[in-house]
Amino acid sequence: MNIHEYQAKLLLGRHGVPAPTGVACDTPLKAKDFAQELFEQGQRRVVLKAQIHAGGRGKGTFKNGLKGGVQICGDAEEVYERAKKMLGGTLVTNQTGPEGRVVSHLLVEAASDIKKEFYLAVLLDRATSRPMVMVSTEGGMEIETIAREKPEKILKEIVDPAVGLMPYQARKLAVALGFTGDMLHSASKLFLGVYQTWWENDASLLEINPLCVVEQPGGKASLVVDAKMSFDDNALYRHPDILAMRDLAEESPLEIEASKYTLNYIKLDGNIACMVNGAGLAMATMDIIQHFGGRPANFLDVGGGAKKEHVTAAFKIILGDPNVRGILVNIFGGIMQCDIIAQGILAAAREIDINVPLVVRLAGANADIGNKMIAESDLKVASASSLTEAASKIVQAVAQSPK
Amino acid sequence: MSILVNSETRVMVQGITGGYGAAHARLSLAYGTKITAGVTPGKGGQLFEGRIPIFNTVEEAKRQTGATATAIFVPPPLAADAILEAVAAGLDLVVCITEGIPVRDMVKVKRVIQGTTTRLLGPNCPGITTPGDGPESQGGCRIGIIPWQLHKKGNIGVVSRSGTLTYEAVSQLTAVGLGQSTCAGIGGDPVHGLSHIDIVKMLDADPDTHGIVMIGEIGGSSEEEAAAWIKDHCRKPIAGFVAGATAPPGRRMGHAGAIINGGTGTAAAKIQAMREAGIAVAPTPSAIAETLVARMREMGVL
Repeated sequence: MNIHEYQAKLLLGRHGVPAPTGVACDTPLKAKDFAQELFEQGQRRVVLKAQIHAGGRGKGTFKNGLKGGVQICGDAEEVYERAKKMLGGTLVTNQTGPEGRVVSHLLVEAASDIKKEFYLAVLLDRATSRPMVMVSTEGGMEIETIAREKPEKILKEIVDPAVGLMPYQARKLAVALGFTGDMLHSASKLFLGVYQTWWENDASLLEINPLCVVEQPGGKASLVVDAKMSFDDNALYRHPDILAMRDLAEESPLEIEASKYTLNYIKLDGNIACMVNGAGLAMATMDIIQHFGGRPANFLDVGGGAKKEHVTAAFKIILGDPNVRGILVNIFGGIMQCDIIAQGILAAAREIDINVPLVVRLAGANADIGNKMIAESDLKVASASSLTEAASKIVQAVAQSPK
Repeated sequence: MSILVNSETRVMVQGITGGYGAAHARLSLAYGTKITAGVTPGKGGQLFEGRIPIFNTVEEAKRQTGATATAIFVPPPLAADAILEAVAAGLDLVVCITEGIPVRDMVKVKRVIQGTTTRLLGPNCPGITTPGDGPESQGGCRIGIIPWQLHKKGNIGVVSRSGTLTYEAVSQLTAVGLGQSTCAGIGGDPVHGLSHIDIVKMLDADPDTHGIVMIGEIGGSSEEEAAAWIKDHCRKPIAGFVAGATAPPGRRMGHAGAIINGGTGTAAAKIQAMREAGIAVAPTPSAIAETLVARMREMGVL
């Protein structure tokens, strides 16, 4: 699960990690009122940041023509006018796809006088199965770009989970980034707070980009200027506060529907839908569709314990994608009995009109019973004994079917 | 021979009174696996199926029945505790079937088991099977959920991150007449116990394993590590397959560990590493067994 920048900054704040003064606003009036407060406190500039779960906001464009998902304003009236265009607008960035995302919240913040920018992230290092803190002096750039172009600019510190990130490790990173004097201590403290935020909330990624050294009335300070945070879905049961931050508007409606039936569904951009049991086999089924020249419309793992109702729901979901021109069902029965799948397919066919070619391959436990049930029904379905046969049949059928 | 488990291995089941644990304990018993004990805290003293004693603790189950391996079927919030209880009791092999354990729990588990003699398989894995000598290869050791009917006793070792994709491969092997020495699922989670490389090393050292099937998927670098070792050390014929060539980056494909992050963990990189190590990579998941047969013929071992 992902959360918005303003929510990540709230969690960071609870661990003493400083960010610019800001509030999330959902109306232009609220944005204006809060900006007014900031101006009265002596701020000269206020920044409005569109809250969507995608990067590239600064360089994005709203469908109404406004350029930039991050706007800097010099007075409260300007804040009101810009907020009016941003809120409810659809922002398209290089990460949203052409459909873009609707902006329902703006983070209104004091604009920082930035002197230096850094990159900081906490994530799992799979090679060591331990947490890893990663920093770079190349703040503001995407980490993939730094890794490709200047890998020597990335420093990593592996954390022993028995003790957590130690202060000496935080100081080592701060020194490597060039911090000295008092700033060395405040930066180290910030790193420790960021690590704590990651660990205690069961985050999978916490990325601060950029982490900035800013000039403030009282002197220089380190601030989190942008934050991106995602969580381990398997641990959300112990974090009701984070679960409450879920923004369904950021998720695909079909994927939300699938999650209600504990189906693992990911929409892709092809036209051959597939329904498979097991994640590895589901990926392999997508691959073999492509091998025969087709394009998979989705990833769908119905799981090991699926009942008839789950299968029916799965059919509704894959047919909810208007691009789908054919369906391939590939089940290797084990825990899952093939006759249960067959029952689900027949029940789905009674409830909804399956008006595209359907190829079913059942193997393993009770495959014979399942195949017989389908063969004896009046459902128009091609069966296949191997995955190769199934994939080539559906690709062919879709190629021949009218658009 | 075989790796990790054989027909003599004594096995306990943690969570034997749950629906899932009970169903698979029955199947393993029917296959001929020596299940000697069950563990369900609070139900100590009862019997499973009227004959298998249930204990409150792993330590007691081990002491009373001589079990050296365990199958864990407890719900995700309790699984890390169950694994560490088995480690503390000094079991040789812990097979954790549970899917959905928080990563942070597994990071702690991994830290604690370092330096101990316990080997962990999984979590989120189908388990391990060593087919036996009986009719239909029964009488072997089945820990986990792999359908035993697919197996045939023989000389091919299988290691995989996925459940049903393993079944696909095993049934192909059996269909072409290649039986299996041991099939081990290492699981689909980002933090897990034994990795491809650990299993491949054991299969390489097992005189009764004449060929290996190694199945991987996107995410992490387990396949690349194994391939690097194989390149310099393993002379047995190996067929490989990597699932997820069509998976979009940044999305978790069902398994918690199946994700391409920042350009790493792609199927293309894993396939390349396998090829450079001399592994014959199957072009489709349907061609795993035939790819192995071809490689074994090429190397003159079939």
